[in-house]
Amino acid sequence: MSDIWNWQTAADVFWKLIKVVPVTLEATFLGFALAAVLGLVWALMRRSRFRPVSVLSYWLIEFVRSTPLLVQLFFLYLALPRFPVFVIGVTGLGLHYSAYLAEVYRGGIEAVSQGQWEAARALNFSPLKTWTRIILPQAIPPIIPVMGNYLIVLFKETPLLFAINVVEMMSVAKKFGSHTFQYTEAYTIVGVLFFLMSYPSSLLVRWAEQRMALKQ
Amino acid sequence: MALPKVLSRSEDTRKQRTQLIKKTQEGLKVGPNQRSAETTPVVRYRGVKKSFGEVEVLKGIDLDIMPGEKVAVIGPSGSGKTTLARLLMTLERPSGGIIEVEGEPLYHKRVGEGLVPADERHIARVRSKIGMVFQHFNLFPHRTVLQNVTEAPIHVKKMPRRLAEEKARAMLEKVGLIEHIDKYPGQLSGGQKQRVAIARALVMEPKIMLFDEPTSALDPELVGEVLAVIKEIAEKGDMAMMLITHEMQFAREVADRVLFTDGGKIVEQGTPEEIFEHPKSERLQAFLARFRNGFGGGSQ
Repeated sequence: MSDIWNWQTAADVFWKLIKVVPVTLEATFLGFALAAVLGLVWALMRRSRFRPVSVLSYWLIEFVRSTPLLVQLFFLYLALPRFPVFVIGVTGLGLHYSAYLAEVYRGGIEAVSQGQWEAARALNFSPLKTWTRIILPQAIPPIIPVMGNYLIVLFKETPLLFAINVVEMMSVAKKFGSHTFQYTEAYTIVGVLFFLMSYPSSLLVRWAEQRMALKQ
Repeated sequence: MALPKVLSRSEDTRKQRTQLIKKTQEGLKVGPNQRSAETTPVVRYRGVKKSFGEVEVLKGIDLDIMPGEKVAVIGPSGSGKTTLARLLMTLERPSGGIIEVEGEPLYHKRVGEGLVPADERHIARVRSKIGMVFQHFNLFPHRTVLQNVTEAPIHVKKMPRRLAEEKARAMLEKVGLIEHIDKYPGQLSGGQKQRVAIARALVMEPKIMLFDEPTSALDPELVGEVLAVIKEIAEKGDMAMMLITHEMQFAREVADRVLFTDGGKIVEQGTPEEIFEHPKSERLQAFLARFRNGFGGGSQ
């Protein structure tokens, strides 16, 4: 038994891993912020009446969704050699999830009734004010739970950053393992830490979902 | 709520206005490009057409509405009466013809002698003279009653918030909703929602207000309160109105002129008396007969 699992080793690696949790969280939140902004941009471009813009957005979304994140990360890593790996990692995560969030935004926007657009036009709102005052404030609250789910999924994908040499939990665990040959403890603790963070978040999302359902 | 029994506006002013309107219309007959020296119509349609795909909904509309004039539009469903209003509100683009607002083309710009298609900015500027009340209210569900009314003054007219709220309160008082000011639309009855929508459109002080079947989506017992509010505005205000309605009695009491549309054309028009008492065309006679027999109402 002790060959496979050693509590002392587990405690050692736990403290090492805790130190890089902030890196994972930073990558998660920065990546998600980027995804939220870019996703909205794609969604708005997709609705453009100017064909080339909407077609560009369509193919961008489809391309990003149809290729693996790992491949995208490697591509950015090789294409942008001068950038810090953390920046490349955040960009990759943000870009990848922006394609998914664009679809989420699209659903939210399409759920706003046509009458709202007409009322805004009748009251002479500018296109910008129509979006910021009328459409988005109605389109976004219902999609917050779905966005929350994507935040958790993105969080669980951060170990992929290990592939481009970002110092986060996976790479620390691997390094620890190669020094001590105690891989089991290292990777198990990584899993436990992910669970401890993502499970409460998923409860929060579920609570938000229920609140939204009540509102409607 | 009981409807006010009679018009408080005197018949005299109504006749005067009708006369003035007639005079101007005669003046207009000189030529389509020659504008009357007396009064410019607030809205003028010239040869306005609209098709949706293969279907031609409006087949050439000529219509002048004078400042302050109350025009009711009646006609069977699908006769194009709603489209008439939607083209003016720029919710649809006409397929042909010219619409002018206070002498200025809505969808075109004058360049020398000719007209070229206008940009959005021009359209927005001209559109600011037009207001609309919708069949399905279209209130902003994420804003309170007061915010629904102040939203456009603050964010479109750039009015200071305090002033906008003052005006909105006065307007909501007028439509009898001052005690519901902090509620959300979801908490109101259909009749109350429509009254908020009326206040929201009125506060922008349009030159002409379009009412697109404002009571068609309401439960029968709530129709009266909305009609009473519209009637009061019609009697007090000097704003022109286009009332698209199935409420014949209401059209008769409020309108200076009634238009009967059928098959994408204005088939007949005249004073309420002429239209309802002495209908000339067979189609209008048939339409009114259907109504008297109780089969006409409730187009959705």
